[in-house]
Amino acid sequence: MTKTAEQLSCQELVELVTDYLENALPAEERARFERHLAGCDGCTAYLEQMRTTIELSGRLTPEQLDPAAEAALLGAFRDWKKH
Amino acid sequence: MEHAVQLEELQLVEALRAGDERAFEELVRMYQGALLRVAQIYVSSRAVAEEVVADTLLAVLNGIDRFEGRSSLKTWIFRILANRAKTRAQREGRTVPFSALGDSEPAVEPNRFDRGHWTAFPADWPEARLLGDETLKVVEDAIEKLPPSQRAVITLRDVQGWSAEEVCNALELTGTNQRVLLHRARSKVRRALEEYLSEDE
Repeated sequence: MTKTAEQLSCQELVELVTDYLENALPAEERARFERHLAGCDGCTAYLEQMRTTIELSGRLTPEQLDPAAEAALLGAFRDWKKH
Repeated sequence: MEHAVQLEELQLVEALRAGDERAFEELVRMYQGALLRVAQIYVSSRAVAEEVVADTLLAVLNGIDRFEGRSSLKTWIFRILANRAKTRAQREGRTVPFSALGDSEPAVEPNRFDRGHWTAFPADWPEARLLGDETLKVVEDAIEKLPPSQRAVITLRDVQGWSAEEVCNALELTGTNQRVLLHRARSKVRRALEEYLSEDE
C-alpha cells in the first residue's frame, strides 16, 4: 500500500509511457500515472510529444525492395506458375 | 474485424494458389517493407536482406498449397523469413541473439531532471516545422540508426501499424520484450525530434 500511495517522479513516469499507451500498466500503477499527469504540465507535454512521435512514424513510407529485385521476383513468379 | 482480415487473407491465398500475378504483386507490396526490416535483424547488409526476402517470397509460393491456415498468413510468412535469415546469418558466421534488447539508455537524459523532476519542461514543438518534410526525414534517420531489433519493432508497430500481438508472433517475442524494444525505439526517435525542433531555423 505504501508503494502505491507513493508519488511517481517525472523521471520514473517517462519510463512508463509506452506501458501506459499500450494499456500494460496494472490498474493501480495506471491510476498513479494519471494522478501524476493531472498535476504535471511537464509530463503532460512529454506524453504529447510521444504521441506526436508515433504519429510521425506512421507517415513514413515503408521500405521497398530494389526495383530490379522486384522485377526478378515477378519473373520467378511467372516461372513458378508454369509448373 | 478479425473475421474480415481472415477472409481477405483466405482470398489472397486462393488467388496465389491459382497463380494470379496481381495477388503476388499484392503480397509483395503488403510485406516487403516489414520483411526487409526483420531480415536486417539477422543479416549484415541490406543487399543480403533483399536476397533473403526474395527467397522467402518464393518459398511462400512453393509452400502455399501446404498452408493450412492454422496460423495467420502473416505469422507463417515471418516464420519462413526468420528460418531463412537465421540460416543465412549462420553461413555469414553471425550469431544473432534476438533476446538482445539493444542498449538500455534512459528515455530522457538524466540531466533533464533534478531529484526526479523536470528542470525545464519539454518545450512546445512548433506546428509549422513539425509538418515539414524535413521532420519526417529526421524520424526516418533516427529509426535507421536504431539497433536492428528496436528498428524492426518500431517499423512494424508504428510505420506499418501492426498490432502488438502480430509483432510478438512474427518476431517470437514476449509481450514484455516487445514493449521494452518499442519503448527504447520511440524514446530515441522523440529525442531526435526534440533535438531537431529546438535548433534555430
